[in-house]
Formats: sequence, structure tokens, C-alpha cells
Amino acid sequence: MSDCLRLCTAASCRSRGALALLENSDRPVKEVGCLGPCSEGPLAAMGDQLLSLQPAENETVGPTLEAALARSRQISAEDPFLKLQRRLVLARCGVVDPGCIDDALAQGAYQQLQAVLAADDPSAVIETVRRSGLRGRGGAGYPTGLKWATVAAMPGARKAVVCNADEGDPGAFMDRTLMEGDPHTLLEGIAIAAFAVGAKQGYIYVRAEYPLAIERLRTAIAAAEAHGWLGKAISGSRFSFAIELRVGAGAYVCGEETALIHSIEGRRGVPRPRPPYPAEHGVFGLPTLINNVETFGNIPALLQLGVEAYGAGTKVFSLTGHVQRSGVLEVPMGTPLRTIVETMGGGAAPGRSIKAVQTGGPSGGCVPASALDTPVDYDSLKALGTIMGSGGMVVLDDTTNMVDLAAFFIAFSREESCGKCIPCRSGTVQLEMLLRKLLERRGSAADLSQLESLCHTVADASLCGLGQSAPKPVLSTLRHFRSDYLELLQPAEVAR
Amino acid sequence: MAEIYPELEPVLQRHGHQPDGLIEVLNRAQQLYDQLSPPLLRHVARQLHLPFSRVQGTASFYHLFRFAPPARHSCLVCTGTACHVQGAAQLLAELKAAPLDELGVELGSVRCIGTCSGAPLVVVDGAVWNHVEAGAVLKRLQELE
Repeated sequence: MSDCLRLCTAASCRSRGALALLENSDRPVKEVGCLGPCSEGPLAAMGDQLLSLQPAENETVGPTLEAALARSRQISAEDPFLKLQRRLVLARCGVVDPGCIDDALAQGAYQQLQAVLAADDPSAVIETVRRSGLRGRGGAGYPTGLKWATVAAMPGARKAVVCNADEGDPGAFMDRTLMEGDPHTLLEGIAIAAFAVGAKQGYIYVRAEYPLAIERLRTAIAAAEAHGWLGKAISGSRFSFAIELRVGAGAYVCGEETALIHSIEGRRGVPRPRPPYPAEHGVFGLPTLINNVETFGNIPALLQLGVEAYGAGTKVFSLTGHVQRSGVLEVPMGTPLRTIVETMGGGAAPGRSIKAVQTGGPSGGCVPASALDTPVDYDSLKALGTIMGSGGMVVLDDTTNMVDLAAFFIAFSREESCGKCIPCRSGTVQLEMLLRKLLERRGSAADLSQLESLCHTVADASLCGLGQSAPKPVLSTLRHFRSDYLELLQPAEVAR
Repeated sequence: MAEIYPELEPVLQRHGHQPDGLIEVLNRAQQLYDQLSPPLLRHVARQLHLPFSRVQGTASFYHLFRFAPPARHSCLVCTGTACHVQGAAQLLAELKAAPLDELGVELGSVRCIGTCSGAPLVVVDGAVWNHVEAGAVLKRLQELE
């Protein structure tokens, strides 16, 4: 099977004509998930050779796969974009056929679940996760082992596991990549978590904007049930576990865990105060474990490698924006930002320079070019006033107006605010008005100071993570690019 | 009453006519009937044993539910971060100024579909058009059936 041509038919290559190539092909082709450098797509691979089927400018792709292959360009395995990755979560993504469970099984899917069930020691699994130091990959970075232990310790025979696949941050598509490229790794991770905490029911809450991910998850869940990896008495053990897929309907706030719970229950996706935390009172009032896609995706690799070999683990990023090569990459935790953006992504276009890198989406901030040597880990990014976030990384070159970018994010948060609490509902409106005023060069120094103080009010007084972090893009750009704001003040104001 | 919307019966049954299936049922209903009309929402309310206000209140909370019939074609401009820094705001403004109604095209926006390497992009009737500018989009929209 290794000599078979693999063609990426995930969303990005699909938008670049991969399906037409698949239809116009005589040779056996295996459909796979993301191969990495999406900007070179459509992408194919043969063995460990990666091929870009991208047509030259002014040409169209194809028309047949053979014609595209004849003109293809090989991307060397020594290319830093490929070489500097460490693929644990995405190990089988781009290798396995996401629609074929037999292929996944042949490549080791569900072996860790089987081993865990055979050992029949949930607390040992939790201990392994705790010792690994794995932290939530959805953005907040809460220690995963601690979360699992909390849910496991809750009384009651019925518990639930929820996978947060509501990847709403614009510019982030790590979770889409895993769901489209290797759904069985995700299902295996969720099932292992359910066994560890003692849950029988699982939910995957996925955003409606990902139709292909939804389709592939449905196929994968049905296949796993048919092969006995989900359902009753899995692998001959006493463990029974079912997963239900719940599709969202376009509400960013549903990525917040209490809002997500309400949405699964068929209600408006409105957050509620915590405590009680979902670990105590979650879906339908049950003790509930909520982790995001990438966190669950780490579990099979972690158990297979063991804590020592797993080391500090990895983080998947989606690299986009003003960068020469964009796509999905998985790097060792602690890789310097410069390595990702410049060495792997090729930096800004010729004649341009990088001004900043935005991480963490509307809840995050900007890392200025001067701080690109920062290693990407939770604490280093936090010290810079941004967050690791879920993994969206948007590169901004020197043409970017940082005030405009801040206004963009505030407008996003304003639109997506659920309206429950006033600081977020009204605060984001006022913040946007102040930013627009500045952008129209009608702002004064007083407006700037009001902007800053209102940011702190909204951050301190909002109910949930959306409101609490909505001002971060403003505060972060004020901190690192204050001159962009000062330039917009009326001339008389600057002198004062 | 179930005979009015018979295609909805499987999803109602899958959720045992329980209220927690509401969003799944609404998603399916919109897929089947293009929009969530008041009679359809009333039907869902009855079937799930929910007050009409709860059904309408929930439906109106989510961006993707619509309460008017769609146009023949839809053109969604992606306004995610990667598209924004590559000119999505201008693209949207230029398309807004164009007479898209006459072409039977409904213009909207979407906050990132996660294929950012094609930015700026639009989604037309579900297909992604990469690296576009307003003139080229208009030309291709005019060629739509």
C-alpha cells in the first residue's frame, strides 16, 4: 500500500481542485488528510515523497491527475517545513485513509485503547496523563491529568465526556485537520478518557462550518461501532461507551464550555457562572469531562510512547497570513516562534518584513517581531501579553495597521457576544466605537485613555472567557504598537 | 400533525422527541426546507414538547438558522483574520455595492472556514473560490446559472 499515490482531499486541497484530479485518474489513489503545506496544494505523496500539484500561474490544475503529476514539483523531505516537525497527534494524518477503518487499524488505531482495557486500571491512565504534564490544547492550558482526576473522583454512576470541536477562532484549523485527516485517533483518545474517568456517554460538539469533518466523523463513528471499538463491551471488556455527534449552528461563544453544554442540551449557547464546574455539573447535570480535539488527539501517542519519550509533547499550529508558506504544522513544544514563522513558513513576501504574529485569535494578542525568539509554550506567550490559544498563528507584515486589526477582533467579539452580561454586551460596542473613532482620525488622547480603561473593565467584569479576553487584542497592540495608535490622534493631541 | 413534515420524522425519532435534540432537529429542518418558517418551528415545538417561545428563542440565537427563503445562489465572503489582513473588508464592501440581487445572489459573510491558505476567499454555493478580488468574483457570479 505504501507505493500507492496518496492525494490530499481535505478542505484546503479540495478548494484547489483535488476532487477533479481524483475523478480524472486511472491509477489507484488513496484519499488522505492534510499533508501540511496547504499553500502548495493540491498535494500528493508517494512513500515519503511530497508532491505539489499546483499549476503555474495562469494555468488551471490538471486536467488529469497524470498531467498534474507530470508537472508536479517535489517538496524535499529535508525542507524545514517538514523536517522540523514532530508529528504525534498528526502522525497518521496524510498517511491513513480517513474513510477506511481497516487502513487505520492496520496502522495501529485503537491499540492503545485495547491495551488500556486489558490492563483495566483507570487510575494508572490518569497518572500517566498527569505525569506527562499535558495541558489543555484548546487555549486555557488547564492540566489535563488534574481535570481527569477531578471527574474520576466525582460520585455517581453516570458521567459524560465531551469533545470540544467547536474550533471557532478565525485563522485556526488544527482540529479540522485532525478530524478530516485521522478521525480514529480522536475517537480512540476520547474512548480512553471515558474509560479513565468512568463515563459511558460521549459527545463531540463540532461546528457546522466544517461539513467535511462532520461527514468523516460520522463515517468513523459508524465504522468504529461496527468493528466493536465503540458501543457495548468494547474489545471484550466490561467497558461500554457510545459517542454522539452534535453539530453547532454558528455561535462562537459555544466554544466556551458552559455555553457548549447548553448547546448540547438543545438550548441557547449562553454561558453560566462557574462554579459549579462541568466536572461536577456538566451535560444534563452529569459530572463531565471536557477537552478539545487536540488534547484527546495526544492521548494515544502519549500512551504509546510513554511519559519519557513523549517529553514536553508538541503543539499543532495553523500558520497563515502574510507568510510565504501557510499550512498546518506540529512542532515540539518550546520551538521558537522565529523557527516556525521564518524557517518553516519562509517569512514575509520579498520586500516585506514581519511586523507581528497574532496568536490565540480574538482571545489572544500579538507578538512583535522583536520577540520572535520567544519559545512557544503557555507561560512564555502569557508573559508577552498573549496566549498560546488553540494554535491559530496569523503572520502580519509591515503593511498591517494594528489599530485596524484590534478593531477587527473587537467587532468579532461584539458580534459573537451572547448578550447575557452587560460588560461584554455593551463594552464591546463601546470599544469598537472608540477604535473606529481613532481610525477615522477623530480621536483624542482622552479617547485613548478611555479605551484603555474600558478594556480593563470589560476584562475584569465579564462573565465568561469571551468577554474576559475580548479586550486582549486591543491591550496587546497598545502595549507593543502604541505608536500605531498615537499616529491616529489629531495633530494637536499628539503635542499635548 | 407529523404528516405535514414527514421528512423530519427520522431525526425526531433519533432523539426520542426529547427537547435536547432541538438544535439537531433545527439543523435537519433547515437542510430539508431551506428555512425555518413559523409553521415549521411550531411543528418542531409540538413534536419536542417545548413552548414555541423556547424553540424560536433558541433558533434565533444561532447565526446559521434563517427565517426567510434563500436566494438562488449564495456568496459568502470569509471575514476571518487571515482573509481580513489580505483585504476581505474591501472585498465585502465592493461586493455589497454591486447589484447582486439582480443575479439572484445573496451576499453574506462567514467567520473563517479554516482553509486560510487561499485567503482572501469566498464560498459560493458551498464551493470555495481562492485568492479572489471583487471584479473576478462578480464575473464568475454572472456566469452562474
